[in-house]
Amino acid sequence: MLIEKLKARFGGEILDAQNARDEETFTIDRERAYDFFRALRDEPDFDFNFLTDVTAVDWPERKPRFEVVYQLNSLNLAHRIRVKIGVDGADPWVHSVVGVWGAADWLERECFDMFGIVFKGHPDLRRILMYDSFEGYPLRKDYYYNKRQPIVPEIDPVVNPIRSSR
Amino acid sequence: MALPARWKDKIVPSDPSDEIMELQMGPSHPAAHGTIKFNLKLDGERIVDCDVEVGFLHRGFEKMCEQGTWTQCFPYTDRLNYASPCINNVGFALAVERLLGIDTTERCKYVRMIMSEVSRIADHLTCLGMAAHEVGGSTAGMYMVEAREFLYDLIEAVTGARVTVTWCRVGGVTHDLPADFADRIKASFARLDQVLSDCDKMLSRNRVFIDRMAGVGKLSQPEAISYGLSGPLLRAAGVPYDVRKAHPYLVYDRMEFEIPTGDRGDNYDRFNVRFQEMYQSKRIIEQALAAIPEGPVTITDPRVVLPDKQKVYSSIEGLMNHFKLIMEGIHVPAGEVYQAVEAANGELGFYVVSDGSGRPYRVRVRPPCFLGMGALNKMLIGRMIPDIIATFGMINMIGGECDR
Repeated sequence: MLIEKLKARFGGEILDAQNARDEETFTIDRERAYDFFRALRDEPDFDFNFLTDVTAVDWPERKPRFEVVYQLNSLNLAHRIRVKIGVDGADPWVHSVVGVWGAADWLERECFDMFGIVFKGHPDLRRILMYDSFEGYPLRKDYYYNKRQPIVPEIDPVVNPIRSSR
Repeated sequence: MALPARWKDKIVPSDPSDEIMELQMGPSHPAAHGTIKFNLKLDGERIVDCDVEVGFLHRGFEKMCEQGTWTQCFPYTDRLNYASPCINNVGFALAVERLLGIDTTERCKYVRMIMSEVSRIADHLTCLGMAAHEVGGSTAGMYMVEAREFLYDLIEAVTGARVTVTWCRVGGVTHDLPADFADRIKASFARLDQVLSDCDKMLSRNRVFIDRMAGVGKLSQPEAISYGLSGPLLRAAGVPYDVRKAHPYLVYDRMEFEIPTGDRGDNYDRFNVRFQEMYQSKRIIEQALAAIPEGPVTITDPRVVLPDKQKVYSSIEGLMNHFKLIMEGIHVPAGEVYQAVEAANGELGFYVVSDGSGRPYRVRVRPPCFLGMGALNKMLIGRMIPDIIATFGMINMIGGECDR
């Protein structure tokens, strides 16, 4: 079982482990998350070479407020796990995992765009689905779904230089 | 031409030999189907840098799903990948069913699988037809779009709609296959076979097509895995990963089919993988039609499924049941589930969180083409402008799914 293997290997780093509906969920501490993910990818017992998804869930009444949720998949061993990091609402940040999986680049940008969670160490953290001058973070529960945004001035393509990929 | 005054000092005569030109391609470019913008830095016609800008079709799918009941999310899921909406429906329904801990009927599983595969063929035909059209093979493009019509006719015969089907429900589907469905499939496949063989002849050994596709948009196997590519993009790089095999859902584990793979990871392999997959989907449909059992296509659990209209009109229990399910929604136990299905473009995942009420607390979609777009600039830097069109066509970005 993956859950025992991970507990045996990481012990104290895992704050909580659950198996519900045949899915294993681990909660870890954000300080050591990067090394944890690296080990998950590199060690042959786990071999999580595929980052499926990065997203967050907002629980305004809980502490910590945000859960950053990573879905990992191993293409070789055909197993999945979910890893969660609890993040405080006042200063929401986690370490970026772009150095571990390239897919984290856009997925973390989207999570930042939608929830305002800062991925420290991300090489190019800017909005992706929304425009740069968008105010607020739309998937937070305190963002009313009908909220209007101020009208932004037109961007002149000649005066403003175009964006670089990095 | 008179220039605006504020441009005057920005336009300087330059030496064309060492100039890096900035070019914005899109958001609405005739050769890129879909609203997408490429911020290019060009050395002559060579791409030095390419910043891919998405989000022009963002409609707040995930936010809107939190506003209604679980059942009311189905129309939104149609509009994710609108070239194969049945697969999105099935994915969301499976996610909610797993959260509820219920299983649907045997016939329903077969029906869902058959329609998913019909949709997959339609999606691949859209992708390949458009891509062929954009690199100059208009005839093949028209043939494929016509073949897609046969499949849309099938989808219409089952669901009553061609694109926005809203055909799955939690616990089942709204409509069973019509009685003459096997004959219709047979007739459609006979015509489809003709189109596929024609297009194969027109494209697979066509010098112009191969020159535009082979060796273009390459991504090595480790890169493809690292960037989270899935579906035909990942399989073209030689990784035989298919959700239908690795994490089977519905009754895919009872079907015999192969996973076509490529070895170079370029656009021509992606084209080939998609082309071969259409034959595999046909195989699955034929096997499923032979094995499909009789029976209902939806369960009858009153906590989940609406009662018969007869009961609603004639009994107070039926009326109450209907009212509660419509007004409050299905009470899904608190918890979370990640359910992936193999959509035409790759792994389409639904991560759904419930707080125990009748409304979704969070619905997250893992869109396959969003990840493909994230790797697009790696495929393009160092290549030429026309390669953007071929590569972008093979990623098959569907705005509704990428931007949600």
